[in-house]
Amino acid sequence: MRVRRRSAIALLALAALAAAVAWAATELTPFGTPSGPADAVVRTLVHERHAANTVNGVTYDLRGLDTLGEELILFVAALGSAVLLRHGRGERDAGERAEARPSGRTADALRAAGAALVGPLVVLGVYVVVHGHLSPGGGFQGGVILAAGLLLVYAAGQVAMLERVEPRALVEVAEASGALAFALVAIGGLVFAGAALANFLPFGTTGNLLSAGTIPVLSVAVGVEVTGAVALILTELLDQTLLAGSA
Amino acid sequence: MTVLPYLVAGWLLVVGLWGVITSRQLVHQVVCLTVVQSSTYVLLLAVGYRTGGYAPIVSSSVPPSSPFVDPIVQALALTDVVVEATVVAVLLALTVQAHKRFGTADPDRLGELSG
Repeated sequence: MRVRRRSAIALLALAALAAAVAWAATELTPFGTPSGPADAVVRTLVHERHAANTVNGVTYDLRGLDTLGEELILFVAALGSAVLLRHGRGERDAGERAEARPSGRTADALRAAGAALVGPLVVLGVYVVVHGHLSPGGGFQGGVILAAGLLLVYAAGQVAMLERVEPRALVEVAEASGALAFALVAIGGLVFAGAALANFLPFGTTGNLLSAGTIPVLSVAVGVEVTGAVALILTELLDQTLLAGSA
Repeated sequence: MTVLPYLVAGWLLVVGLWGVITSRQLVHQVVCLTVVQSSTYVLLLAVGYRTGGYAPIVSSSVPPSSPFVDPIVQALALTDVVVEATVVAVLLALTVQAHKRFGTADPDRLGELSG
């Protein structure tokens, strides 16, 4: 009864919201004709910052300070979920966790494919991270790919191996040092160029790997941080699965 | 239809909220929340799209002085995705703990066992 009454109220409220949204949509700029200064932004980033991928130019240069905040959100969220999930886990150690999952359950095909794909995936991740200022990608995207490589090790059923290639302490250090590196570059801008996150490195030639000043540096810092944060979240959630399986 | 993408965003928002309100399972509820958030991606990308515009990644194959799709909203969408991922991570962690404590993942029954 309570559920039905709640659904009725929700229907009314959502119908009103839908009407308001539809009304607002008619007042927006017509689709396909943006009113923002897109061309000016693109030209500024290409000619003054030498960044070919202007989306990352916006992320790591024009909105660099926001990205610092965004990175800290990710840092704190990864830390928060780790704290939440570790609470009450007790004194189980890594060895017990590694044994908790019956190793015979994983199919051989999955093991083989997983093991074969880890290498290419890590290479792809590193490529996406360091080419953030040139082609689609960047620190956030590449970091997630790198963390997915670690997940692949798990999918291949080698939890004991996961503990070896991905020691908990290293993941945490990667997360923290990525965030720290971003903050240091921000302070470097303050020291060498007079404003936080201002570009203080040589710009080089547009299109070269070493170009666009601090943008690739920040991209790599974010890549390290995201890899650490996502890997931390994934391992903490996987630990829960393992604990549930062994209980 | 020049408003269709905006209406798609609105539809995702409303449908996602309906899911959040009526959900009987916490994980399902978190997924519904991601549907709500995906409406913002559609809105952001629709606002910045330009008919016939180039992707804002400049290379030698792009003619100079050509029109570009707005890179600012695309960067905002990236921020949006990251924030969604973090929110989902924390919510899933909370879900795991709630299930441990109450033995159920039904949001309506979470408080029942505590008293």
